[in-house]
Amino acid sequence: MADKRTSLLLPKKQGLTRRGALKGLGAAAGIMAAPGFVRYAQTQSSEPIRIGFQAHRTGIGAAYGRWYERVTMAATQAINDAGGINGRPLEIVTEDDGTDPKRGAEVVEKFANQHKTDVVFGTLFSHVVVGSAPAAGELKIPYYVVSEGYHVASGSLNRYVFQPGITDVKAQVRAVGPWIADNLGKKITLVFPDYAFGHDHRDKFPERYEAAGGQVVGLVPIPPTETSFTRYFPQIPSETEVIYHVMVGPGVLTFVKELGEFYGSSGPKLFGFLDSLEAVDIASPGLEFLEGSHFWEAMPRYLQPDASDAAKAYRAAVGIDDNGASVNDPKDVSTASHMFGCWETLHIIKQAMEAAGYQGPADRAKLVEATEALTSFAAGAAHPQGDKVFNAKIHQSFGHQHVSQVVDGKLNVVHTTSIEDGMYEAEADYTTMPL
Amino acid sequence: MAFGPYFFLATLEGLVMAAVLALTALGLSLVFGVMRVVNVAHGEFFMLGAVLAWAVASSISGHPALGFLAALVISPLVVGAVALASERLVLKRVNYNPEATIVATIGILYILQQLALTFYGPDARPVVAPFDYRIRFPWFGYSAYKLSVIAASAIVLAATWYLLSRTKIGLIMRATQFDAETATAFGIPVDKVYAGVFALGAMLAAVAAVLIVPIQQAHYLMGHDPLLLSFIVVIIGGLGSLRGTIVAALLIGLSDGIISVFFSPTLAKIIATMAVALVLVFRPQGLFGVSAR
Amino acid sequence: MMGLGNLSGRVLALHLGVVALLFALQFVLPAYHHGIMARILVLAVFAMGYNLLFGYTGLLSLGHAMFFSAGLYGAGLTVYHLDWSVPAAFAAGLASGLVLSTVVGFLALRTTGVAFLIVTMMFGQVAYLFTLYFGDWTRGEEGLTLSQAARQLGPLDLTDPTTRYFAALALFTVVLFVTLALVRAPFGRVLIAIRENEERTRMLGYDTFRNKLGATIGSGVICAASGAAYVLLFGYFGSSFAAVQYSILPLLWVLVGGAATTLGPLLGTVLMFYLIDLSNDLLNSRFPDWDVSYLGIVGVALVLLILFFPKGLLGSIRDRWVRWLP
Repeated sequence: MADKRTSLLLPKKQGLTRRGALKGLGAAAGIMAAPGFVRYAQTQSSEPIRIGFQAHRTGIGAAYGRWYERVTMAATQAINDAGGINGRPLEIVTEDDGTDPKRGAEVVEKFANQHKTDVVFGTLFSHVVVGSAPAAGELKIPYYVVSEGYHVASGSLNRYVFQPGITDVKAQVRAVGPWIADNLGKKITLVFPDYAFGHDHRDKFPERYEAAGGQVVGLVPIPPTETSFTRYFPQIPSETEVIYHVMVGPGVLTFVKELGEFYGSSGPKLFGFLDSLEAVDIASPGLEFLEGSHFWEAMPRYLQPDASDAAKAYRAAVGIDDNGASVNDPKDVSTASHMFGCWETLHIIKQAMEAAGYQGPADRAKLVEATEALTSFAAGAAHPQGDKVFNAKIHQSFGHQHVSQVVDGKLNVVHTTSIEDGMYEAEADYTTMPL
Repeated sequence: MAFGPYFFLATLEGLVMAAVLALTALGLSLVFGVMRVVNVAHGEFFMLGAVLAWAVASSISGHPALGFLAALVISPLVVGAVALASERLVLKRVNYNPEATIVATIGILYILQQLALTFYGPDARPVVAPFDYRIRFPWFGYSAYKLSVIAASAIVLAATWYLLSRTKIGLIMRATQFDAETATAFGIPVDKVYAGVFALGAMLAAVAAVLIVPIQQAHYLMGHDPLLLSFIVVIIGGLGSLRGTIVAALLIGLSDGIISVFFSPTLAKIIATMAVALVLVFRPQGLFGVSAR
Repeated sequence: MMGLGNLSGRVLALHLGVVALLFALQFVLPAYHHGIMARILVLAVFAMGYNLLFGYTGLLSLGHAMFFSAGLYGAGLTVYHLDWSVPAAFAAGLASGLVLSTVVGFLALRTTGVAFLIVTMMFGQVAYLFTLYFGDWTRGEEGLTLSQAARQLGPLDLTDPTTRYFAALALFTVVLFVTLALVRAPFGRVLIAIRENEERTRMLGYDTFRNKLGATIGSGVICAASGAAYVLLFGYFGSSFAAVQYSILPLLWVLVGGAATTLGPLLGTVLMFYLIDLSNDLLNSRFPDWDVSYLGIVGVALVLLILFFPKGLLGSIRDRWVRWLP
C-alpha cells in the first residue's frame, strides 16, 4: 500500500470520497471521510464486529477500569441500537490486563490470535499502552487507546496505535496555562509524581504559562512509592501564588487532605488536575478546604446548567446522576474526565470502519488509513464531550478543556478553552511508517 | 520554609511514620519470631482491617468517633477469626514448612484481595477521623489525629510488651519461640500457641490499619507496602526483640523523613533504602538480635 | 569437571525429550499459544536462574527483579540510545547482570537467612528506584519500546513469531543444559552441601563464601540473559519489571514447579501462566458480569496445590515416585 504521505494537518473541508478512491490512493493526502459519511459498503456478512477491550479489571487501575467498562458497554448498546457498524452488530470481548504492561502485551496477542477480534481498544494506563504497543504493531492490529498520555503523540510508538477519543496531557496542560496566569497567579509551583506521567506535566506546562507572563518558581516531585506527603510541602517556595497539583493512585486523597492540613485557609491558590480525584467524592471528609479552588476537567463531572442534549443523553446512557456518581450507588463516583473517551473512541472506530468499508481482519491496513483520513469530529451524540480536531500525523485528537471551581462541594465549569489553546506542532509522522 | 521548621516537620512526619511502622511490624514480628514462617499475607490482614473499618464506620451514623471506636473493636476480631481459620485450614496442614508456607500465603493473599475487590470494590475510601483538629504551628498546620497515632502506637506497644514479658501467655510464647521441641516436651501445646500467635499477629495488623485509615484510605491493594516495610523493620530490629523493632521503626521512619530534606525525593528514597540495607550488611543479626537460629 | 559426561542416560533422555517436545510444539500450537510459549520460555530462564540460588544453594532472595532488569535495561538502553546491534546489546545485558550480581553478592552474602532475604529485597528496591530516578533516559514506569527495525539479528527478524520462538527455545535449551551440568558438577554438589549444612561444608575445607558468590553471579547472569532476551524479542522495557512483584514471581514459579529440580521452573512458569489465562477465560464465559477476577481462582488453586504437593509439583513427584528426577 502506498505510504508516502505529504502534508500535515489535513485540510478541513473536503468532499466525500469513496472506498474505491481510498483503495486506489491508499493513504494519499487529502482524503477524508466527513462525519456522516456512512454505510457505503453493504456487507455480505452480519457477523458481529468484534472489539477487544483491554480492561484494567484488577491492579492499580481497577477504579478507572470499572467505569471504562461501563461506558464501553453503554456505547456498544447505543451503536447497536442505531444499526451497528455497516449494519453489523458490535461485540465487545473483554480481557483483564491486570494494569500490567507484560500482561497487556499478552492480551493484545490473545485478541489478535485467539479471539480474532478486529481491533483492540480501551487502555488507560500509560505503561500498559507502551508495553502493549509493540505487540499491536507486530501483529498489525489497530490499537485505539484512551489514555491521555503523550506517548502516542510523541511518535515513539507505531503506526497501529491511535488516540483519537481523548486529548493528550501535553495539549491539556498547554490549554490551561494562560488561564491560570491570567486568573490565579503568576508564580506557580508544580507538585507532580516523579515518573513519566508527572514529568510530562513538568516539561509541557511551562511554555504557554510563561508566555502568558507566568513563572514556575518551584518543582516538587513526589516519589511514586509515597503514601504520605506532608514532608514535601516545605519545598514549596513561600513566594508561590498558585500550587499546581496532579497525583494519581490510591494515595491522592491523602495528598489533598494533607495539603489542607498544612496550609489551612491561608495558603496559595490551588489548581489541580482532576486525575487526583477521579472516582473520589469531592464532598469526602477532609476535602472541605478544596472549596473555591480550581480543577482541570476534560468533561464536567457534575451536570452543568448549559449541558448539551448530547451530554445529557450520554450521562443517562452510562448511568451517572447529576453529581457524576452511579445512579445505583451515589458513593460510586465516576471517572468522568477520562471515561467519555471510550464512548467517543468506539464511535470513531465505527466511523473509520464504515469509511474503509471494513469487512474483516484482512482490511486492518485499510482501517488504519481510513482512521488517518479523519480530520475532525463534530460535537453531538457520538462526541458528547465536544468537537475535536484529529492530527493524523501523530494519531492524536485535540479537544476543548474545562477549568472548574469547587463551589458547595461541587465542580462548576468557569472556563472552557478553545481547541487551538492546546494544539502544538506535530513532532512525528506515523503516516510515513510502513503498514 | 526556613531550615529549622522544615527539619521539625520532617521529624514529626518521621515519628508518625515510625509509629505506624512499629505497629504494623509488631504483628509480623510475633508471627515470624515465634513460628519462623514468612507470612506473605500479613499485609492483606492489614488491608482487611482497613476495609472492615470502612465498612463498620460507614454503617454507623452519629459522631464519627462512634463508628471509629466500633471499628477498632470489630475489625480486629473479624480479622483474627479469618487468620485463625486460614492457619487451621492451611498452614497447619503444610506443617509450617517454610517454602510451602510462602506459596500458601501467596494463595491466601490472592483470595483476600479478591474478596476485597468483590465486596468492597477498587476505590480508595476514607474513614472519618474520630476527631478533627488542626494544630497550628507558627510555620505550618498539622493534624492532631496524626500525633495521636503516635500515642496510640505507644500504648499498643506497651500492652504487647506487658503481654510478652509479664504474663504466662507471654512466657509460653517465648518458650515456643526459643525452642519449640523443648517446649513440647514441657507440655506446652505448641500447635495451639501457633494458632493463637498467628491470629494475634493478624489482629495487631488490623488494629494498626484501623488507626491508619483516617490518615490513609482503605484500598484493596494497600497491603503491599506495609508488608515490605514491616519485614524490613522486623529484621533490622533483630528477631524477637520488641525494643529492636521500635528502634528500627524509628531509624527507618526518621531517616526517610530527614534525608528527604537534603536530597531530591526519589534520590532520598534511594539513599535511605541503601543506608538501611547497609546496616544489615554490616550487622546481619539486626540491631538487637541474637543471631538467627 | 563440568560437562554432561556424568549424566545417566535417562536423565539426558528426559531433558532432550523435553527440548524435542518444545521444538515439536512449534508446529502444532495455535498462534496465540505459540506466541505465549515464546514468552514463557524466556521467563522460565528467569526462573531457572532463580532456582540456581534458591533451590540448589538455599539462599532465598527477594530482589531478583534487579538482575532481570539489569539485562532488560542493559540491552534495551544500548539499543534505544546507542543503536547497538542485537548481539552487542545482549552482551551488554549479560555484562550488566554480571557486574550487578558481583557487587550485590559481595555485600548481601555477608548475611544469611532472612537477613539475606531482606537485604536483597532492599537492593532490589534501590534498583527499581534507579529506573525511575533516571527517567530522562528510561521514561520510568511508562517505559520505552524498541522498533521492529532495531530487533534484527543479521538476516533473522526477531519480531517474526517463528524466529522468536526458536530464539527463545535456543536460550532456554542452553540455560537448561548449563544448569544441569552445573548442578551435577562438583560446584553444584558443594552448593547443595551448603544448602544442607553450611557449617559442616566449611569445616570440610570448602570456601563457602566463594561458592555462594559463584552461585549468585551465575544466577544473576542467567536472570539477566532472560531480561535481555525479553526486551530484544518483545520490544518493551519499563520499571514495572524491576518492581518487587517480579522478584516474587520467580520464587512462586520455582516453588510451584519444584525447587531444586531442573525442569520445575519451566513447569511452574507454564502452570502459573495458564492458571491465570484459563481463569480469565472461565470467568468471561461463565460470569461476565460478576465482580470477580482471576485472583480468587488462582488463590484457591495455589492453596490446594501446596496442600497436595508441598514441595511443588516435581519436588513432590520426585519424593514419592520418581527418585532419579534431577
